[in-house]
Amino acid sequence: MNESLRNIWTILKRELTGYFASPVAYVFIVIFLLLNGFFTFMLGGFFELGEASLSRPFFNWHPWLYLFLVPAAGMRLWAEERRVGTLELLLTMPVTAAQAIIGKFLACWAFLALALALTFPVVGSVYYLGHPDGGAIFAGYVGSLLLAGSYLAVTVATSAMTRNQVISFILSVVICFFLILAGWEPVTGLLVRWAPAGLVELVTGFSVMPHFASFQRGVIDFRDLLFFASVIVFSLFGTSVILRGLRGA
Amino acid sequence: MIDVENLIKEFGPKRAVNGVTFTIRRGEILGFLGPNGAGKSTTMRMITGFFPPTSGRVRIGDHDISEEPIAAKKLIGYLPESAPCYSDMTVNGFLRFTAELRGMRGAQIDAAVARVAGLCFLEGVLHQSVDTLSKGYRHRTCFAQSILHDPEVLVLDEPTDGLDPNQKHEVRQIIKRMGQTKAIIFSTHILEEVEACCSRAIIIDRGTVVANGTPAELKTRAEAAGSVHLRVRNVAAETVKSKLGSLPVAGRISLQDNADGSLSARIFPRDKSTRADLALSVAQTATQSGWSFDELHTEEGRLDDVFRAITLPDSVKTRE
Repeated sequence: MNESLRNIWTILKRELTGYFASPVAYVFIVIFLLLNGFFTFMLGGFFELGEASLSRPFFNWHPWLYLFLVPAAGMRLWAEERRVGTLELLLTMPVTAAQAIIGKFLACWAFLALALALTFPVVGSVYYLGHPDGGAIFAGYVGSLLLAGSYLAVTVATSAMTRNQVISFILSVVICFFLILAGWEPVTGLLVRWAPAGLVELVTGFSVMPHFASFQRGVIDFRDLLFFASVIVFSLFGTSVILRGLRGA
Repeated sequence: MIDVENLIKEFGPKRAVNGVTFTIRRGEILGFLGPNGAGKSTTMRMITGFFPPTSGRVRIGDHDISEEPIAAKKLIGYLPESAPCYSDMTVNGFLRFTAELRGMRGAQIDAAVARVAGLCFLEGVLHQSVDTLSKGYRHRTCFAQSILHDPEVLVLDEPTDGLDPNQKHEVRQIIKRMGQTKAIIFSTHILEEVEACCSRAIIIDRGTVVANGTPAELKTRAEAAGSVHLRVRNVAAETVKSKLGSLPVAGRISLQDNADGSLSARIFPRDKSTRADLALSVAQTATQSGWSFDELHTEEGRLDDVFRAITLPDSVKTRE
């Protein structure tokens, strides 16, 4: 195996076992699944809708659910390293900052993917009750995972900004909230009334909502993939800039 | 092995390290001394590649730490100041993690972990979580991490801080043993430690190197170094003063009455060239005059005094 891949893998493994070494991981997964069930069946009106689809009752809630849960899962990634001082240890190992950032990001993303995968009973329910479009459900899951990854990348960056996990949490919630609001229909509807079309488009362009919506509809478009990928890459690159600034360069 | 050249580090307008230069060869143990905030840790962080220097160069072996950071870092073992460890891991897990980052595999890791666990007396706590450990154990765990890959260069920031006297002794023994074949730099506040293990010492104050030499050399810079101490009984102070004062090799003399009725005299040499003969002349004078004395020795000078004299701000010196 290539040396940098090996380093990423070593760091990923450490972070992931770190999650499961404490009760945090289990609490997180339980809360995530409970909230998912509550939103889908109680608020989403899964049964009342009478259609064999997950788009509206299930995936619709994910941008809002992730808004709080993803920053909670990722806030400690760098903030804790800074608080305890292990940052100094990690960055004086023969490891590049990029490898450490990617390793940590992938570990937390894998953890979120696991939590998401555990929602499989919902899929079972739709298949039991009717004949859903399997492709749309698959696309929904891909979109949901990318959405979580984008929020997480933002959280990784805010986590590197401070040694306080709470501040990192609040910062990333605010940024992710903006990523939602910028393209959320009630807000864009308000904007359309007075702003020029160009401005509306610019603001909406920052939002995760239209991109996530097309995944919800069952469309995997290259442009949407590119959007999420660029949010992730930009945020992780920002993290490396923040870390370099910390070391007084 | 370690080449530090005109190293400068600025944090905003503040210059924490101001042109530090030194070299450490293989087989040398360098003691790095200085008051708090003198720039010791900052210098060590630049040597280990954590802080990029504002200007200046650091070479580890054949590698420049800024240009080939990975190759240089591979040669270094580093114990940061607060001895940080991942608290959610077991000692074993932590050491295995660092071993993997150091590029070891499989049986190599087992052997390395077993070796350092033995050296640092960690066998009993290997499977305990780091956050349940006492400070001494946590410190030794981080120290174990720094010697895990048997590095060519060891950078230790206060390696004996927070250890009990037995543990301090053990850590010093390990450093001394490793120092025979490696280049080691360690910072400390304990001056006896420097005398006990270092082949050379550097004193740094307000970001600049103010003294660089073997502990013995540094000690001769103490004010009291080379003076002769004589303790006599039942002799009048005046007699002592006049007799010794007339010696051509003697300079200033200070006298002090002791609680038990004896009299202590400290005789300073007139100048450096008379140092060697001073003790003999004093002894001859004392025996010829028939004084009964129970103590006569030449002061070596104490590293403490040198350290204080060099690093105390001028304002404090005049107040004393």
